[in-house]
Amino acid sequence: MTSPPVNAETPASTEAPPVSDPLLRIRGLAVDYRTGREWTPAVRGVDLHVEPGEFVSLVGESGSGKTTLIQGALGLLPAAARIRSGSIAYSDVDVTGWNDRRMALVRGNYVGFIPQDPNTSLNPVKRVGQQVIEAVRFNRPRGTPAARYREAALESLRTAGLTDTERVFHQYPHELSGGMKQRALIAIALAGRPRIIVADEPTSALDVTVQKRILDHLVRLRAELGIGILLVTHDLGIALERSDRILVMRRGEIVEEGPVERVVAGATSEYTRRLLDAAPSRHAGRLTADSAVRPQPRPGAVALRAEGLSKTYRLRNRAVLRALDTADLTVREGTTHAIVGESGAGKSTLAGILAGFVAADHGTVHLGERRLTGLPRKRLRELRKDLQFVFQNPFTSLDPRFTVRRLIAEPLRAFGLPAGDRVTELLAAVALDGSYLDRLPSQLSGGQRQRVAIARALALAPRVLILDEAVSALDVSVQAQILRLLVDLQAERGLSYVFVTHDLGVVRLIADDVTVMRSGAVVETGPAEQILTAPRHEYTRQLLDAVPGALV
Amino acid sequence: MTPVLHYIALKTGRALFVVWAAFTVTFVLLFVLPANPVDLLFDPAELNAIPPEVKAQVADNYGFNEPVVLQYLDRLGHALTGDFGNSVQSGKPVVGAVLDVLPSTLALAAGALALAVLIAFGIALVATATRRAWLRNLVETLPSGAVSVPVFLSGVLMLQIFSFQLGWFPSFGDQGWRSLVLPLVTLAIPVAGPIAQLLVRSFAGEFHSGYVTTSWAKGATRGRIIVGDVLRNAALPALTIAGVTFGNLIAGAVITETVFARKGVGRMTQTAINTLDLPLVAGIVVLVAVSFAVINLAVDLIFPVLDPRLRATLTAGNPG
Repeated sequence: MTSPPVNAETPASTEAPPVSDPLLRIRGLAVDYRTGREWTPAVRGVDLHVEPGEFVSLVGESGSGKTTLIQGALGLLPAAARIRSGSIAYSDVDVTGWNDRRMALVRGNYVGFIPQDPNTSLNPVKRVGQQVIEAVRFNRPRGTPAARYREAALESLRTAGLTDTERVFHQYPHELSGGMKQRALIAIALAGRPRIIVADEPTSALDVTVQKRILDHLVRLRAELGIGILLVTHDLGIALERSDRILVMRRGEIVEEGPVERVVAGATSEYTRRLLDAAPSRHAGRLTADSAVRPQPRPGAVALRAEGLSKTYRLRNRAVLRALDTADLTVREGTTHAIVGESGAGKSTLAGILAGFVAADHGTVHLGERRLTGLPRKRLRELRKDLQFVFQNPFTSLDPRFTVRRLIAEPLRAFGLPAGDRVTELLAAVALDGSYLDRLPSQLSGGQRQRVAIARALALAPRVLILDEAVSALDVSVQAQILRLLVDLQAERGLSYVFVTHDLGVVRLIADDVTVMRSGAVVETGPAEQILTAPRHEYTRQLLDAVPGALV
Repeated sequence: MTPVLHYIALKTGRALFVVWAAFTVTFVLLFVLPANPVDLLFDPAELNAIPPEVKAQVADNYGFNEPVVLQYLDRLGHALTGDFGNSVQSGKPVVGAVLDVLPSTLALAAGALALAVLIAFGIALVATATRRAWLRNLVETLPSGAVSVPVFLSGVLMLQIFSFQLGWFPSFGDQGWRSLVLPLVTLAIPVAGPIAQLLVRSFAGEFHSGYVTTSWAKGATRGRIIVGDVLRNAALPALTIAGVTFGNLIAGAVITETVFARKGVGRMTQTAINTLDLPLVAGIVVLVAVSFAVINLAVDLIFPVLDPRLRATLTAGNPG
């Protein structure tokens, strides 16, 4: 263990503080952001502390100020932000307002940081070993022999749970998988032998099974090294499952704080209760429509059928990537068929082929009675009326210069149909009123954007909607609203959905049938009930085990 | 063939294609498109006074009476052996004449490129490293200013100040390094502009990227982050631009060499065009294309050395 940061300029801090002090104590911290000439508060008077060996989670949705809070704690606030009041102290050493030069003594040395996206958080042109060595070197006294740095870096990589450390040491970041990169970043965070680790959404860019391993490892490190951990996450399930104590943040304030058991047993804040309710795993089964009576689908009628779909991509050195390997899929009319799998499972390729965006090498797709594959472009265009697509990211799938009116009318115009009242009607169908007609996408929230995208997809009154990770970019509470909307629309209009997702929690809420994919092949397919409660395949079981929130 | 060799062969092939295309386009423009290429060889004012026998004689000398394809193959064959014919004006071989002045221009262009890259990096470093907003704003206006000043104006201004008023540097000629200073600076300024603009932007972009946050969290200082992380990543896109800009330098050399009365390809081009010395023009275009292709080939070959990701796609053959 290194001693806490000692700074010659502040005589008061030269004495080592007693062990009982919290590793990190934030008192009444308020941070403002400059917007034009005004200062908008992002964090309003937050108190937070992490004790030695404690695992604390900070939970909040996007815009809650959780990231700003930890940026403030690390002294990494962007230039447009300022601390208005409050204090930050590491083991009773007040570091509020320290400049970068002084904070450099604290960072790495005393507090380690694990960033959100492992794919962008390592320098792409430096070897991993070099990057870990830097983290060691910056935090050791000068004059340590170079061989010792290397030794310490390798040890750090081992502690982070990497097995083949000698090889990883000489590799570049792009040669590692996402999970290995995150372990390398954990090694970097540990290299300075910190007493507390701050992790900002460390697993949200990773697959569930990898997420589980990384979180397991963090918990183990806490026990083995006795360090404190502050985990920032949007996922209440993760927070409840892993931590000793949680804090729920909303609009810059802490609205709930307490030990996990207490929060689960009885959350004091209304917001926390809503978050708990919105968590997908809270629901026993599929959402049911509360509006209209569900039109009884003709039994056995099939909306979309894919048979023996294959797609290979040829790589440069004559290697081939089997993106999709003889996949079958049957979507019953008026139901939702979910396709689940981790990255590289081939689910997006499958969705692309179903929608006619990607040409399959082999196999056929039938929309009702009509064959879709191998159609000339013009005929395919006609079929588009019956088959529409909703994309993952509502922030990029809407043209930023089009108004909502124009966005929704676009498919109608493309087929030469009159827009008129139809746009207002569609907007009403996704529960937005007429006041949104002349807004631009930038004036809408993420959930509102996705509603507009759904309205646009419904414009031509299709029979089948393909939703590619359509709720993945949204906050949990917004996610719940959009799922409910989809279920209602399905009931009213007898729509069939192909719902592509990596999130098994969401599947539970919306799917009638589930197909599990892995490395381009279908692992298992069947009714949602059976797949989720009695999976036959080992891989499906692993996926289900890795879903956080069993406690919720 | 290994992927690395394949890459080198591909890039070299591309460079050869550029040179070949320059040769062919020049041939078409100078010898095929004009209704009567012989007329181009004479001063338009005196054209009507020249007896037809003389024209026929000249056309025969230059082979204009042969079929176009034969003319082309003949010229291409000679060009491959380094023979671009003789200059109309001096009667000396074109290659010798161009190679005589090429080193002087290449020195000017290469020096200007190096200086431009230095200036650009300086501007980007100051803009990134400073915490004073006014200094950053000032420095960031420099590139667009640099682009908008024409070479003939900055050249004359610099002559006025540093040569005539202060007398620090000679105003013309090519004796020693002192005579190179003013042309270098004049030529480098407009070239530094676009490179600096790109660098300022990529420095800012890289400075706010995820791996820089990781470095801050390691306990790195500002200086270490700029030198150790940002510099190399931000330099990659600038390298491409620097290679492409080399073409501008050759074009800029025409004016610079005229203003400072230096010998060089630029001034030779100007004279060749003024005097309608077609073989010389053709030779200059091809040789300039060769140096342009060589510079860009060098950039292409340096890239994988600097960027391990590109190296990986070469050896592992990842798609795109």
